[in-house]
Amino acid sequence: MNTKVLVAPSPHVHSGDSIQKNMYGVVFAMLPALVFSFVYFGMGAIIVTLTAVASCYLFEFLISKYLLKKVPTITDGSALITGILLAFNVPANLPIWIILIGALVAIGIGKMTFGGLGNNVFNPALVGRVFLLISFPVQMTSWPKPLGFDTAYFDAQTGATPLALIKEGLKKGEPLSQLMHDVPSNMDLLMGNMGGSMGEVAGIALLLGLAYMLFKKIISWHIPVAVLGTVAVFSGILHMSNPEAYAGPLFHLLTGGLLLGAIFMATDYVTSPMSNKGMIIYGIGIGLLTVIIRVFGAYPEGVSFAILIMNAFVPLINVYVKPKRFGEKRK
Amino acid sequence: MSIIVITILALCAIGVTAAIILFFVAQKFKVYEDPRIDEVEEALPAANCGGCGYPGCRGFAEALVKADDISKMNCPVGGVSVMSQVGSILGHEISASEPTVAVVRCNGTCENRPKTNQYDGAPSCTIAASLYSGETGCQFGCLGLGECVDACNFDAMYMDKETGLPVIIEDKCVSCGACVKACPNNIIELRKKGPKSRRVFVSCVNKDKGAIAKKACDVACIGCGKCVKECPFDAITLENNLAYIDYNKCKLCRKCVVVCPTNAIHELNFPPRKETPAGKSTATSVKPVVAPKAEVKAEEAPKTEPTANDETTENK
Amino acid sequence: MLKTFSLGGIHPAENKLSASSAIQVLPIPETVSIPISQHIGAPATPIVKKNDEVKVGQLIAKSSGFVSANIHSSVSGTVFKVDEIMDASGFRKTSIIIKVDGDKWMETIDRSEDLVKEISASKEEIIKKIAEAGIVGLGGATFPAHVKLSVPPGKTAEVLIINAVECEPYLTSDHRVMLEKGDEVLVGTQILMKALGVDRAIVGIENNKPDAIAHLTKLAVNYQGIEICPLKTQYPQGGEKQLISAIIKREIPSGALPIEVGAVVQNVGSALAVYEAIQKNKPLFERVATITGKSLKNPSNWRFRIGTPVKDLIDAAGGLPEDTGKIIGGGPMMGKALTTVDVPLTKGSSGLLLLPREEAARKESKPCIRCGKCVSVCPMGLEPFLLMVLADKKEYDRLESDAVMDCIECGSCSFTCPANRPLLDYIRLGKGKVGQIMRSRK
Repeated sequence: MNTKVLVAPSPHVHSGDSIQKNMYGVVFAMLPALVFSFVYFGMGAIIVTLTAVASCYLFEFLISKYLLKKVPTITDGSALITGILLAFNVPANLPIWIILIGALVAIGIGKMTFGGLGNNVFNPALVGRVFLLISFPVQMTSWPKPLGFDTAYFDAQTGATPLALIKEGLKKGEPLSQLMHDVPSNMDLLMGNMGGSMGEVAGIALLLGLAYMLFKKIISWHIPVAVLGTVAVFSGILHMSNPEAYAGPLFHLLTGGLLLGAIFMATDYVTSPMSNKGMIIYGIGIGLLTVIIRVFGAYPEGVSFAILIMNAFVPLINVYVKPKRFGEKRK
Repeated sequence: MSIIVITILALCAIGVTAAIILFFVAQKFKVYEDPRIDEVEEALPAANCGGCGYPGCRGFAEALVKADDISKMNCPVGGVSVMSQVGSILGHEISASEPTVAVVRCNGTCENRPKTNQYDGAPSCTIAASLYSGETGCQFGCLGLGECVDACNFDAMYMDKETGLPVIIEDKCVSCGACVKACPNNIIELRKKGPKSRRVFVSCVNKDKGAIAKKACDVACIGCGKCVKECPFDAITLENNLAYIDYNKCKLCRKCVVVCPTNAIHELNFPPRKETPAGKSTATSVKPVVAPKAEVKAEEAPKTEPTANDETTENK
Repeated sequence: MLKTFSLGGIHPAENKLSASSAIQVLPIPETVSIPISQHIGAPATPIVKKNDEVKVGQLIAKSSGFVSANIHSSVSGTVFKVDEIMDASGFRKTSIIIKVDGDKWMETIDRSEDLVKEISASKEEIIKKIAEAGIVGLGGATFPAHVKLSVPPGKTAEVLIINAVECEPYLTSDHRVMLEKGDEVLVGTQILMKALGVDRAIVGIENNKPDAIAHLTKLAVNYQGIEICPLKTQYPQGGEKQLISAIIKREIPSGALPIEVGAVVQNVGSALAVYEAIQKNKPLFERVATITGKSLKNPSNWRFRIGTPVKDLIDAAGGLPEDTGKIIGGGPMMGKALTTVDVPLTKGSSGLLLLPREEAARKESKPCIRCGKCVSVCPMGLEPFLLMVLADKKEYDRLESDAVMDCIECGSCSFTCPANRPLLDYIRLGKGKVGQIMRSRK
């Protein structure tokens, strides 16, 4: 035998799982929602997506090569996810320069500042999105209406999101039952027939993605179920206490990017807890905060903030919420 | 105008009150600390290497102040000068101890010690050592994964890619012993630096019987005992098929170097011998001298270290 | 729902290539080298010297303590020397090397194939004889069997569990033993029950061996107190703690032994060895092992004499394949990589796996992406990602409080990690250090 035998500690085989497989698995799961957004928002969505993805790759490459002086690891697919998620989180008619800023903040501040993939505390796409939302509130909240495939980019008609409609209406003192006539029906919400950011409109496509990721064991059920369950229960309780002031659980579940957040953003590996117990606590936190911000806060939309806030708690959760140990001595 | 005056007065009042409170609090909660600790710490080199065995220079200073006898305590970084300074602060006599330097006692380069398998586990010597004997037939030698280099806080070591062995940069080595502790095979030893950094040592830790050791590595000590017989000062002992030179007894006569049949005994920083073929004394300072050594072997000449430069590194 | 253990677990590709290959007898080699330490505990003391004549089954090294085991000659011939030779780890260890001459067995051994069901030996005699026969756990851990059977005072054994799980991929020796020596295994189980004074024994078999489950279930009707329990195929079910959790739903407390929950676990191969030792008076000097690998010509199961070189087994199965990158003694999850094929097979050799180079070589380790998959597969409920960091940073206090000593080194974490991190390598390192610290504290 001319080649030398390998010697290493056990185990000697590997599952074949890899970072790439998981990342591209997530990307694959996002495809239905991406297709839906192209169909609804047309050219605008395509331009926004391409810009976001390309700029995320570019910034990651430049930063890791020239600032961190490391071999760029852009092939792992995480920049692709950040790019698509960023695109999902903005209106489809957002000017390109704003997207570039968003990508720079997402990759530069959200991810590479902490040392790159695996070290970031906050979900990079959300950091970018929230930065844009605070810096460019007007552009970030003029949602184009989903009008079927449209080649126009800038001059699309804009409309408010259902959550914003309700919030505005309630502020003016209109009763909820009245307002509910103005928002799209639950079926429309599920199919994405509403105003909103690119990726958040088509609930059905997002659910498809969830099913795929659960099937492929890319993520576990704990976070999405905890988030959605908490939102449903909490908003249900509010709704029952006063149906005229608080919208019902189904409305909350299907609007405002809750599905997008619960499925694709809260489940981000790096910024979610490690243990199952921790994931459930984290999910419940996101659900509660989302409803609180939506119902009592200044913003109509709360998922992004809720996830970012809970991201900050993840290190703490990881330290204090330990998985159940086998044969642990009862105290 | 009056607003400004009131503001300034109010701030002053707050400042004075706070100062008074702080004064009393500081009195009340004062922790008595031997002022000599600070003085000793000041004298120490603040490298916090842990080479003394205490957690950092502060920890060592505390221990020094507490100790009744500090003759056995030593700061490897500062050496005698620092210790005598510490001694004068604490009122102890400090006997001069000679400076030491880390020495890698393995010359199992890729050439001398052919690999028999390839390690594929985590890059840590300790992990490899707890798993098996290493990539070569020698179960005692350097594993080549560089844990000693990682342990070095002074950039005084690097792994030579060609030989696969660690190299100590003598000038930077403060003899803190971190590498000695890091090495799972106990290859690295702190030895007396010697006059003009001249040293003679056995560059092998193989305890196998001669034939087995030789089979695994061309330059292994085979425990033949020739050096023991040759040594006029009884400085060399042979135990478990391995020769060891006591650096306190060695007078650097270099007779053992000549008789070693496997060139396992190394001399460092000596001027070239007369019989050394010309043109071999030009090795550069940091460059390991593997190639010249191979030459020596080819010519069946006695082992020589072809450099007299003080900067020369350990290359074993 | 089939039973399985409570936490974590993985399901690696089973690759039981040799499952349908009947056990063959490996020819006796010209020389055997029998290491004096083939078990956990103190090495045995050699009692033969150069040029002594020995017979098959003769005691050649005596147990040197309670946790130690006798070693018997596996061949007849003359002792060539007692010397240090390379063991599976590449370290030189004392071994007894015997030149083979014929095949003369000790007269006391009953070499007939007849099944002896009647158990005449008493409880004490059984334990004594098991110790004399040098039987160790044949699943791979090689813990002396008589130690486990000696229930410490104050504890009572309620149930005997026979480990026939064989959860390691590739290995099939236990599977074949059950199919071909089913009655012997069950008689051996009854002997063990008598030794422990329990009236219930459960044989745990994973359901990827339906033929073995069916065969033993049919036979077990004739043996009082023995139940066959099919289990869901899940690694590491063969771990003692996991097996007990799967079968009787009790969790052994951290740091305790199975007897704490009233259970004693023995391997199915050990049950066969016990049968042979008690009923046939035959000490442990041969066992069954699997030789397997995807590129190997003939993956198969062999009964070999202890001390046979690994090379002989490979040659019997068609020679070392060209693309071999790793030679593993044992299974792919917990086996030990060998440096050469010149080392002897021992009591703990349950199999030999030849992995092709591409499959064996580890992939580059990437930064942790904190996916938590290691946490969810850990059968002990630990946090491998954290333990690895702590071990690397030498935080031994925290390692201890995060229960590094609970780790059973099953390798599920390293197997699963998408970033190919060598989690177990570092955890094992930390475990070693923490173990040292804990011992020095006592």
